[in-house]
Amino acid sequence: MLQINDPIIQLKGLTKCYGKKKAVDGLDLAIYKGEIFGLLGPNGAGKTTTILMMLGLTEPTAGTVHVCGYNATRTPIDVKRSVGYMPDSVGFYDNMTALENLLYIARLNGLPDYEIKKKAMETLALVGLAGDLNKKTSTFSRGMKQRLGLADVLIKDPAVIILDEPTLGIDPTGVREFLTLIKQLSRQKGITVLISSHHLHHVQQVCDRVGIFVNGKLEVEGNINTLSGSLMDGDSYTTTVTLTGPIVQPWPHMSIFSKLNAVKEVSVQDNDLVFTCTRDITPVIVRLLVENGCDITGVHKKDYGLDDIYQKYFENNTAETTTHEMSASFLQRTFFKKQPEQ
Amino acid sequence: MKCLPVSFKELSLRNNRSNSRRTAWHTPSPFRVMVRKEIADHIRSWRLIVLMSLIVLTFAAAMYVSLSTIGTATGNLSDPDHTFLYLKLLTATDKVVPPFHVFISFLGPLLGISLGFDAVNAEQGNGTLIRIMAQPIYRDNLLLSKFVSAGMVVTVFLTSLVLLMTGGGLLFTGVRMEPQEALRILAFTAFSILYVAFWLALSILLSVRFRQGATAALTAIGIWIFLTVFYQLLIKLVVRAVLPANPEMLSPEQIIGYNNMILDLLRIAPGQLYTDATTTLLMPSVRSLGPVSMEEMAGAVPAPLPFKESLMIVWPQVSGLLAATTVCFAWSYYLFMRREIRS
Repeated sequence: MLQINDPIIQLKGLTKCYGKKKAVDGLDLAIYKGEIFGLLGPNGAGKTTTILMMLGLTEPTAGTVHVCGYNATRTPIDVKRSVGYMPDSVGFYDNMTALENLLYIARLNGLPDYEIKKKAMETLALVGLAGDLNKKTSTFSRGMKQRLGLADVLIKDPAVIILDEPTLGIDPTGVREFLTLIKQLSRQKGITVLISSHHLHHVQQVCDRVGIFVNGKLEVEGNINTLSGSLMDGDSYTTTVTLTGPIVQPWPHMSIFSKLNAVKEVSVQDNDLVFTCTRDITPVIVRLLVENGCDITGVHKKDYGLDDIYQKYFENNTAETTTHEMSASFLQRTFFKKQPEQ
Repeated sequence: MKCLPVSFKELSLRNNRSNSRRTAWHTPSPFRVMVRKEIADHIRSWRLIVLMSLIVLTFAAAMYVSLSTIGTATGNLSDPDHTFLYLKLLTATDKVVPPFHVFISFLGPLLGISLGFDAVNAEQGNGTLIRIMAQPIYRDNLLLSKFVSAGMVVTVFLTSLVLLMTGGGLLFTGVRMEPQEALRILAFTAFSILYVAFWLALSILLSVRFRQGATAALTAIGIWIFLTVFYQLLIKLVVRAVLPANPEMLSPEQIIGYNNMILDLLRIAPGQLYTDATTTLLMPSVRSLGPVSMEEMAGAVPAPLPFKESLMIVWPQVSGLLAATTVCFAWSYYLFMRREIRS
């Protein structure tokens, strides 16, 4: 059914409306086997809705979802057999121990009874919960629950893992360990991973490819280098040089740099000189400064990281939310005005 | 040396076969796994322990009273049912403590509601629902497992109580049990289970409908109190307003007609159905649930009815309660099957 080069997750024209609001709007996406794909977007962008549609937990208004060659809306059971899903706020039965919780999930997946216990122990050891397997899950911290959630996903030997906000609420060390583990597993077993997050730095560490998802639409898709490259095309290169002491205004050497072709603008802030150029001419700038007797303590070339990507693509969205808020407050005001009249 | 690989082959074959047999035998379906887990949860919950002890207490009180009055009850020759010792055990009273089936008509709904009111919404609140739904199981299996597990707990509980009663009676009096009595008691147990199952289905429906467990529980209790207390008052009020003021002007047929209408209206309440059915099943001399005219009474011999006839009388009640349970259950399916599940 599924050809080797076919994408393992394929969304075509996927749309989901809640009333008049379009949560997901004509989404097309293909994810291939063994990839780690990051679905990035601000809160309320429609990430979770998309994931729910991939698992057949909600019906799309239009479009199709195919996971592992199965239609997720028509045959969700087949999809769920090969997909492990970790929801953003994963919950466990508090009156059961970690092991019991895991065994329950394993049995629901139809794992044979004679190997189930051994496998559960192995999985718990893999996620680093070997010491806590007989503790009630009500005593678990958020990070431990997250690990147990991963064990839940791994025990059924999935072909695809979908993680919804997996790094939410874990401390930085925990996040790094968690992501390293996911990356290792994906590389070793060839598991396809889809991570949804609004935390760019976490996703940046592990993802092969990211898609930026705003207001139900996939704005841009590709690996992080291409994304930052595309950002730099229109923009200019910025180099910041820090000198030992405060720079006197007007700066005596200004004319030397303004003469250079590539330099568009030079600005002075306390100890810093900020050069905005059309090309990357950092070495030239540094050499000229040294020749003119300036003592440099630091040079920083601005990189376009995910923060800038985030800024660029999510800006529109924040603008829109503000207007929403404004209309809401407007409504409120009229409502309150009306009341005394009655 | 030649036979070595053969024997190995055989060995591995046997291994394979035993493996496959083991998988076939030891891999229960997800539905059974869920039912097993639900039953374990119920048995360990304080809620069920409290309610069961309450029912056991009332059962003990009712049994104590009926055992102490059993002598007079079975010796009363004017009562056509006096030969049915075990039915008397379930119905004989000292006019202070009500018999067991009346207790059940009150405590049964409470038991059903308490087993079902947080079936789905608690899982949703804890975030376990989405985790379970992400596993390869059918969605309806979840609802069905909730219903079946609670139903099984109730079945085992009520059956063992009734069996305790029979065994105790046997020990205490040494009287042999008539097959008819056994059938009637069995039918009574089955009907009690069905009655609890109705409230269970209703509370599961409410647990699907309402996100908060407290809302579902209070709504269920509200419905229960309305149907047991206020519904009868309401019917009486309406009847007083609608019916002609002086009944003397009416012909006997009209009076019977109105009477039947009132009874039918009252029978919308499941408590009324339960009371009707249990009295008929446990008192074999009850031959009609509606008014009986003098002409009909004149020819009748005051003798107990055979089991089949009693069952025929309560058949509408049985089907009514069964239908109500099915409607509740189907409705919860309708609400749950296509709902979006989010944590």
